[in-house]
Formats: sequence, structure tokens, C-alpha cells
Amino acid sequence: MALVSTNKTEYLINRHDNQYEVVIGLEVHAQVTSQSKLFSTSATKFGAEPNTQVSLVDAAFPGMLPVINEYCVKQAIKTGIGLKAKINKRSVFDRKNYFYADLPQGYQISQFKDPIVGEGKVILDMPDGQKEVGIERLHLEQDAGKSIHDLDPKNTFVDLNRSGVALMEIVSKPDLRSPDEVNAYIKKLRSIMRYLGTCDGNMQEGSLRADVNVSVRKKGSKEFGTRCEIKNVNSIKFMQMAIEYEANRQVDLIEDGQEIDQETRLFDTKKNETRSMRSKEDAHDYRYFPDPDLLPLEVSDDFIENLRSEIPELPDEKKKRFIEKFKLSPYEANILVSDIETSNYFENVIKKSDVKLATNWIIGELFAALNEKNLEITESPISAGNLSKLINLIKDGTISGKIAKTVFEQMMEGDKDPQKIVEEKGLKQESDPKALEALIDKVIDDNRDKATEYKSGKVKLFGFFVGQVMKVSGGKANPQLVNEILKKKL
Amino acid sequence: MSDITKQSLSELVENIKGKKLSSSEVTKAFVERSEKSKELNAYITEDYANALNKAKKFDEKPNLDLKLPGIPMAVKDLFCTRDLRTTAGSKILNNFVPTYESTVTQNIWNEGAILMGKLNCDEFAMGSSNETSFFGNVQNPIDKNLVPGGSSGGSSSAVAAQLTPITIGTDTGGSIRQPASFTGTVGLKPTYGSCSRYGIVAFASSLDQAGPMAQNVKDCALLQEVISTYDEKDSTSIDFKRNEYSKELTKDIKGKKIGIPKEYRVDGMPKEIEDLWKKGIEYAKDCGAEIIDISLPHTNYALPTYYIVAPAEASSNLARYDGVKYGFRAEGENLIDMYEKTRSEGFGAEVQRRIMIGTYVLSSGYYDAYYLKAQKVRKLIKNDFDEAYKKVDAILTPSTPSSAFKIGEKTNDPVSMYLNDIFTVPVNLAGLPGISIPAGHDAKGYPLGLQIIGKAFDEQNILNIAYAMEEKINFKNNITDWWL
Repeated sequence: MALVSTNKTEYLINRHDNQYEVVIGLEVHAQVTSQSKLFSTSATKFGAEPNTQVSLVDAAFPGMLPVINEYCVKQAIKTGIGLKAKINKRSVFDRKNYFYADLPQGYQISQFKDPIVGEGKVILDMPDGQKEVGIERLHLEQDAGKSIHDLDPKNTFVDLNRSGVALMEIVSKPDLRSPDEVNAYIKKLRSIMRYLGTCDGNMQEGSLRADVNVSVRKKGSKEFGTRCEIKNVNSIKFMQMAIEYEANRQVDLIEDGQEIDQETRLFDTKKNETRSMRSKEDAHDYRYFPDPDLLPLEVSDDFIENLRSEIPELPDEKKKRFIEKFKLSPYEANILVSDIETSNYFENVIKKSDVKLATNWIIGELFAALNEKNLEITESPISAGNLSKLINLIKDGTISGKIAKTVFEQMMEGDKDPQKIVEEKGLKQESDPKALEALIDKVIDDNRDKATEYKSGKVKLFGFFVGQVMKVSGGKANPQLVNEILKKKL
Repeated sequence: MSDITKQSLSELVENIKGKKLSSSEVTKAFVERSEKSKELNAYITEDYANALNKAKKFDEKPNLDLKLPGIPMAVKDLFCTRDLRTTAGSKILNNFVPTYESTVTQNIWNEGAILMGKLNCDEFAMGSSNETSFFGNVQNPIDKNLVPGGSSGGSSSAVAAQLTPITIGTDTGGSIRQPASFTGTVGLKPTYGSCSRYGIVAFASSLDQAGPMAQNVKDCALLQEVISTYDEKDSTSIDFKRNEYSKELTKDIKGKKIGIPKEYRVDGMPKEIEDLWKKGIEYAKDCGAEIIDISLPHTNYALPTYYIVAPAEASSNLARYDGVKYGFRAEGENLIDMYEKTRSEGFGAEVQRRIMIGTYVLSSGYYDAYYLKAQKVRKLIKNDFDEAYKKVDAILTPSTPSSAFKIGEKTNDPVSMYLNDIFTVPVNLAGLPGISIPAGHDAKGYPLGLQIIGKAFDEQNILNIAYAMEEKINFKNNITDWWL
């Protein structure tokens, strides 16, 4: 349900005289940030040697029993609070039964009927306004191990390091309508979880994956079309590509008078197409039933309220504060709050410097420079403190904006104090009117012919004189004073 | 001291503590008797040399403050024992050696006992006669070619034949109480949550419970005291105040109210069982107990409920035996083929039957009609007991609807086999403690048992009642050592 439906950027697929709307729902699998697994004490570090983080429980040895990791429960509840969702005081772990070599128990412990988190919502900032996406539920479950098929021509290798790692499955309502909204949704979800510290959102390491449900319907139709589920897509770009391909495939089928089969499909990233994995008829019967090794999970109001008190300011609230308190534009605020590290950096810079300048320097120069070097804000060579100093040097007129860029470039080479750079290189701005007058007199003297032209009405030449003065001063002349004095002298 | 193996656990403990016997002497006696008794087939895996070594070590530095000082003991092969093969009576775990110890057995070793070996049982504890074991039938020492009951058949046979002074079994639907009844021994199924399930090969997680099997009530109480501990490694373990059952054991049960449930008078119950029950009521009265007629109206539904819940859980619990990680593997063309061959060859017929039943009742479309309904009925059965316990302190019933039967007599009739558990399964479904004590003989001279069912966590009370009645009954097992 769109809050604002100006629909300037409505995503529709046109075929002949028909317009189709795309309906998308996501099941996001987010790895819980936790030292140990959901039901065992094994470590969860990414990239460890295969099968070095596997306990007897993870490998499903006879007689081994799961014991819930309270920290993971807290993380799931915190995430639920971040999604403005209902926290269920009683939830139940079920067994999802199926056979696979990387599923040692022969079942995955998950939550089926009674998840730990119920309905919630996520607000997206789209170019044409805000959009609310409903959250259906969030539940805790175990990850499976990893099957490696390409190490040996005949055998499959199994790495159980991931086996038993805690995942949160976050199921959205079918509220998304375009690949762009999916992009915004995943980024927002990721941002919220990173603020909360409940999932690192690292898609390369598989900490965030999604199953994408796609259907299409004629524009204006209230009925949902038959959906297909695209399994386990691990980047936003692939999700978008898969949706585009899949939506168009479905439209083509409808236009061709064919039925869409409800099925599970895989996205082939090399061929950029989805293909059938299994039909509804072949769907697994997972024989869900409550895990008798685990009692229902019950949490008290106090437990939930304690966690609520630990929730930091989240992106939506922070954005509101930035706009109200610092007079940032919604655009600027969005950029600065999108990521907890960026907003922390920003708030550190403005502790001791001008907000407007800081905003411009961070969004402009700093982001461009980091981008060029492919660095995250946390890896920025320029500390918040030194950027703050640089901004103060500009603000108090010690250096010009132009010189500041030179200083900034040097700071990017290593976190140097801008004050020192200015002193060492003699970059301090010349603001002494007498010294400037002498400079200007000399420039006018050297360019008498141009001065005459100026006086006879060629006012465009003013810029030439400013340039000459700046050049002679080595860029250090205070541009504002130069302007004033030149006007008088010419 | 001759006839060491004829001594009860309590006598052995006393004699070792009084330095009249060494652990080595005791262990040697039981090892020798076990070695001579191979015909009973009570053991799957023997560990005699290690046991004798451990006994020697114990004697070098005896800690006589322990509850089971240097006492040798064989245990059901469903308990994982570190560095000693654990098979669960199945081919699929034929070569499985755990690197870990079950909590229950660890508790026993912590009190000074010494492991002699692993005792035979029905495959994955699924059976009532020990005939489903991959390692063959077990003989009941009462008579040749008589089943010892099941699934803890190796355990009951070994205790009755005095191959081990005491043992532990597991009870999912009667697997301790029924074999105790068939062999003239005492078996206690504790309250669900009393003994940790950690390290016990799972059959049906919501029903499985470990418990002691002994020659008398006092020994049973002592072992229960040792094995019952709260364990964080088992999420269904319950943290309640546990008694020192043997110390607090008393024969004074005057005024205790004992319920007689009319629904346990089942059709076709042999007169011998009916008579035994009547006799039991008289014994209880003699002890000063008050007899009260009660009703457990849903008793009839207990067996069908059990045969939905237990196979459902088992079908999932046994999924891990897939040939991938440990145990038996049959090579296959691909993964699915390997699974099918491994599980077809690795599991016996009864286990396969229950996996099929369990898979069926959990399947979509059948789940509500079977599993969900069974869970509802289970609740009703529990409510029956709750209601009854408003009026009585314990309930007295026969342990089994018949005495032990011949090997092979019921193997082709699973339903008749399942009916053996008719008096014991309601107790598991309700999570209550139940004890079977020997109370008489049938016309053939085979032992018959009475069951005393208690309130949850009230093991002390049923042990006390059993202790008092035991004295009145004064049961003597007729064991002729026919196999020697």
C-alpha cells in the first residue's frame, strides 16, 4: 500500500495494448550476528577452514540435543522491534524434514506456525515519495551446511561450518512493485539490521540472501497472478535482473494465452534467466511438526522491554532529527543515515564544525574520494576529527575552498592534521588588505591594456583580473577581499 | 565370599565400603558369570578387560564415599559411551564409537561404578521382546526360548540372571517396566524431565526416559538418586528438587490413597492378571493404604495415540542415519540411491515399519487427522491423570496384560505385540513416573508384575509404596541357571 502514489516512476510492462504490474514479495534470510550458533556453542566465523566449526550437535551425532542460544533470540526480537513489529511472547520451533547431504539432522529446525515476530513494516524513500512495505513475519531457523560439487568429478564435499548458524527469515507482504523498490527495500532492511547490530548484511559472505516471489497482473487488477519463487538470490543486482526476466517471461506467457505454473525457479546469473527447479506437484512435503527436543520459546514482557531500551536511534528517526535539527534536505539526510557508520562519522564531524559545510564535504568530496579508492567510510583515511578541522579552517577564512581541496587531497594520502599541512606548505589564505592591494596594483600595472578595455565597458574582464591575482598569490589570496579591492581599483 | 553375584547392589556397596570385598573381586565375579552366560545373548559389546583394569585402579585408591564404589555395571546399548561402541541394536550403528558420554552414564561413573559392557535391546528401542535387535534374540533367564521383554531386554535378562548387579534401561512406552515384569525384576520409569536425554540414542523425544532396573526397590531407589540430575544440555530436563531416594525410602505408607482405574480391566485379560491385581490391592491394604476406585476415561485411546506420536517423532529422529556422516553406508549410484540402500539395509523391518507410519501421519493432508488429533488426545489422557490425582496419591495397575511369551510367538503379529504396552504407554504419554515390581507367578511359573503410577516428580512416593508392598509380596524369582 503506497502512502504517496504520485506514480511518477511506476514500473509497468507494456505488451500490445496491455499494461502489466509486477507484484513482488521477498523472503530474506539474514544471518544473525552472533559468536555461536542457534542451538550449539560452535563458532560462526566466516571463511574458516572447512568443518572446523562443527560440534557434535551440528553434525547430528546420536543422542545430541539442541539448546537455544539466548543471544540469538534477543537479536531476533531486536530486529522485530526495528521492524516496528509485534513480538510474540510464545513461539514454537518446528522440524522441517528433508534429506540432503549437507543437512545432518535430516531436518532443519525452524519456526512454522508460531514465529517469534509477527506483522511489522518498513518505510522506503523512493524518488516520488515514501512507501510502506508490510512485514508478514520474522522467524528464527538453522542454516544448512554447504555442498561443494566442483572439487571432485565423482564426489560432493560437504562443509558443515554453516550448519546450525542462526538465520532470521524475514517475510515481506507482496507490497513491492518494481526492481527499484526491491533495491530500496533490501538496502533499508540491511540498514536497520546494521544499526541494530543484528545482521552484518554482508551479501558477498552470504549473510543476506533472498527468495524472490514474483507475479504479474494487468494494471488495475485487484487479484494476484500465479507466483513463481526464485530461490536463493544473493545480490541486489541479481534480484533485480531475475525479477525483470521473470516478470517479462510471465507476461509473455499470459499474452500467449498460456497458464503460469506455480513453481520454484533458479536464477542463472551467467545466462541472465530463470529456469524451473521444481513444480508445485514436486514440492517437498516437509512434514513440519513441533520439535520435541525443544520446549515452546516463552519470553516475558520485561525481557522484551529491556531489549526495547537497548534499541539505538534507527534510520527513520535519525533522518527526522537530521532534517529538523540540522536543517538538512531530505535527500541529504537520506544519504547520511543510510548507513550507521556514515551517520556516526557525520555526527562526529559536526560536533565541532559547521553543519552545512560538513554535509557538503562528506556527501561531495569525501564520498567521491572514498568511491575512487573503493573504501568504506570506516576505512576513510581522513578521520572525522581532521575533517572537522579542515572545515573550520575554511569557515574562519584561514584557507579558501579551493585550497581546502588541495589540503583534502593530501589528507586522503594519510590522516594528517590539516592545520599542519597548511602551515608546512604555506597555504594560509592572504587576507591582509594592504598586501592584497600591493598584489592587485602590480597585476593592474602589468595589464594596463586590459584595464583600459575593462573601464571602457568590457566588464567580462573582471574575471581575468581575479584569476591573475589568484595566480600571482599562488591561490592563497582571499577571493572575497580580492573581489572587493579589485572593484575599487579598476 | 562366594556367591558375590547373588548379592544385591545395596549388599555389594556395603561390603565394598566395609572392605569385605574389593571392586576387583566383585567385578571379576560378574565378568566371569557374564562370560559363562553367552547363551543369553544379553550383551552386544563386552568390555571386560577394561572393567577389570578399572576395578584394579579403583582398589589401589578406593574412594568409599561414592554411592556406587567400584560397582561393575553393564548398560543398555542405547546410552552413548565414550570410546565404547554404541549400536542401539542396529546394523546402521554397528561400527559407531562415540567420542562422548551420555549424562546418565556419566553420573553413574562419577559415583564410582565401572562399565562392563553394553546390553542388547530392540533396534532403536522399538520392540517389546528384544526380537528386533540386529544382534539377535535375548533369552529370558526364567525359561529357555522365552522373551525377556523389550526394548530393554538385554538389561532385564542381565539383571535377572545376575550378570550385572543393576542396570539402566530406557522407557518410551514401557521398555523398562514390561521387561522388568517379564523377568521378575524391578524397573522404574521416572517422570519425563527427571533424567537427562543427552547422549541417549533418541527414539521418540517427547516420551523417552532413562531409568533404573534392579533386583529390588531399594537398589532401584539408589540408582535413581544417582542418574536423576538437571542437565542444561537437555532442554526438556526439569530443574526440580530431587530427593535422596534411597535415604528417604520408607515402608510407612499408612493412609496413602491408591487408585484403581476401572478402564484397565481390558477385554480378554487373562484371569491370572486379574487375580494378581486383586492380590496387589490386598497387599496395599495390608500396608495401610486406602484403596479408591477411579476412572481414567481415555485409557482406550492411549495405545493408538502412542502409535502415532512415537513413530512420528521416530521417523524424524532417525533421519540422521543416512550413511553420510557415521555408521553404516551402502554405496549407491548417487545420493538418493545411497540413502535408499543404506537405510533399507541398515534398518530392520520393525524400524522401517515405524518410519513409514511416522512419515505417513506427518504428511500434509494427514497431519491434522493423525498427529494433531493424537496430540489432543494425549492432552486428554494427561488430564485424566490430573483429575485422578486430586483424589489419590498413586495408581495401581498390572504392568502387562500377560506374562512373557515364547520367542517368535508374536513376531508376525505387530498389533498383538503392540498390545503388550497397553498398561504402560498412558504413563509415558502423561510424562508420569511408573514402577513395575514383581508380584507373583502365572500357572507356568513365569513372573508377573504390578505397576504403581505416581504424580509427576513424586518418585519417592511410588518407591515407598513399592518398597512396602515388596516386603508383603515377598517375591522369589525361580531362576535355575538352565543356560550354565
